[in-house]
Amino acid sequence: MTHLISRLAQGALVLLATFTISFILVQMMPGDAVLIRFLNPEMGMTPEDIARIRVFYGSDSPIPVQYAQSLLAVLSGDFGYSVQSGVPVAQEIATNLPPTLLLAGLGLLTALGLAFMLAWGAVLGPFSALRRWIGSVPALMVSVPVFWVGITLIQLVSFKLGWVSVIAPGPWEKLVLPVLTLALPIAAPIAQILIRNIEDVSTRAFVPVARAKGLSRGAVLWGHVLRNAALPTLAIAGVLLGELIAGAVVTETVFGLNGLGRLAERSVRTQDIAVLQAIVLISAAGFVAISFLVDLVSLAIDPRLRSQRSLAA
Amino acid sequence: MTLQDTLLPRRSRTLPRLHVAIRPGLALAVAVLAVVTLWAMLPSAFTSFNPVAGLPADKLQAPGAAHWLGSDELGRDVLARLIFGARQSLAGAVVAVAVGLSVGSLLGVLAGSVGGWVEQAILRLIDVLLSIPALLLSLALIVILGFGTVQVAVAVGVTAVAGFARLIWAEVVTVRRSDYVEAAFGSGGRFFAVLWRHVLPNALTSVLAYAAIQFGWAILQISTLGFLGYGAPPPTPEWGLMIAEGRNYMTTSWWLTLFPGLVVIATVLATNAVGHALTRRLQ
Repeated sequence: MTHLISRLAQGALVLLATFTISFILVQMMPGDAVLIRFLNPEMGMTPEDIARIRVFYGSDSPIPVQYAQSLLAVLSGDFGYSVQSGVPVAQEIATNLPPTLLLAGLGLLTALGLAFMLAWGAVLGPFSALRRWIGSVPALMVSVPVFWVGITLIQLVSFKLGWVSVIAPGPWEKLVLPVLTLALPIAAPIAQILIRNIEDVSTRAFVPVARAKGLSRGAVLWGHVLRNAALPTLAIAGVLLGELIAGAVVTETVFGLNGLGRLAERSVRTQDIAVLQAIVLISAAGFVAISFLVDLVSLAIDPRLRSQRSLAA
Repeated sequence: MTLQDTLLPRRSRTLPRLHVAIRPGLALAVAVLAVVTLWAMLPSAFTSFNPVAGLPADKLQAPGAAHWLGSDELGRDVLARLIFGARQSLAGAVVAVAVGLSVGSLLGVLAGSVGGWVEQAILRLIDVLLSIPALLLSLALIVILGFGTVQVAVAVGVTAVAGFARLIWAEVVTVRRSDYVEAAFGSGGRFFAVLWRHVLPNALTSVLAYAAIQFGWAILQISTLGFLGYGAPPPTPEWGLMIAEGRNYMTTSWWLTLFPGLVVIATVLATNAVGHALTRRLQ
């Protein structure tokens, strides 16, 4: 219990620090978001107009006041306004989150399927040469730029083979290639960990015991080894979240899909700092939450961790 | 009969390991890196074409005798642009790894040797850096630093700081607790002298292997940011940017996106292979 509370406090501290650092960095920038957008002579704003706008956005108050104000605002889900579109950042994120969640969810499922297939092939494939070859595929996959995978898939699957239309695709058809593109870089680390864990678990004493009891090789692998090998994969869940978000930025840009990733890409191009800051903070919060959940789940699954930690505490 | 034989297919004494599969290719990896490095140092020795100014008469030619890897919409030779682009990618990756290594070492050594609240503060800072997805972190830095080759390299370098810092911190803490370092302190060694003579050389080996792998990762990240258009502006020959520009012609001119991608993959694979070989050698 104490362990969980201290983990929770640690997570909150990390998020507070993330916010503070991003706040300091934004303050260090020359000018502020309002100036960048409205000082453009084409807007025809008088200095008085700009001063009024700055008061409206709160960018003229002393820095500690601004810090407290924006911290309170962020805690209540108010990330300010997108300087680019004039819409509240929270609203921008709310409209762009669902498509990205769908893409990321499907991508993760596909990646899990791919990773299990690769691990299976690398451990149980028919010839040792083939097993070795399959085992080296994940290392190849992490060396391939995601954007290039997307473009090459479009060229191959849509233009050459004509399997998926890119001109006027259906709602699901248009997700096929992006999901595949996103899944490849996610599948690689999962497959690597699975292969390593299966290798580890296979050497444990309970494996020959189960075999000696008359279970088939497949049954032992499926029931005993894989279950034990899959759990440690949870440990990289936070990293996978990061890969999914980074993958979404690239995939949505390549395929022209709307979503959080495209929003991040656009906010960099247009210097829309409030939007990017919100996306960074939300991703960090997601990372911290997932790490905490993984802790909880591993405590629930593995009684050994519980006893160790209660002893330590 | 070993335990594994009961489970695994016959004739497999050990399970396939990823790095084992790469090992026969180590010579090839070194060769690839050598070629790319030479491209970066002496690009004009490898091609007679100008990478920036094209021959309008030759535009969008498929790979052939004149242009081995084809030419782009301005009649520029793709191979020439790949050769001249090597400098962008390699120099960027060198800067990125240098930033990650130097800032990371500083933080890691400070945390590991000073201890106390300094250590705690640095470890929390590392947590913060690790909690932000690397690509988003570099995007955030690019918003602040602006667009450009150097900015992109620095932004990628900062995302590597946390990894280096944590690795070096762990090394320093382990080495510091070992008997001979205790002895060095006990026999009157000054703090920095012990750090320099005993702690750092021990930490250095694993850090170098890590740096090699980070180098390949940096090339990948730089090409991604170049593709998104945050790196060098056109007409600079940069691998990621070339793919972005080739996208406009991808229905007809597949060579504009295929070859730059293959060069990036080959370079990253080669760097990873060398990095893993280094890791094995040092262990």
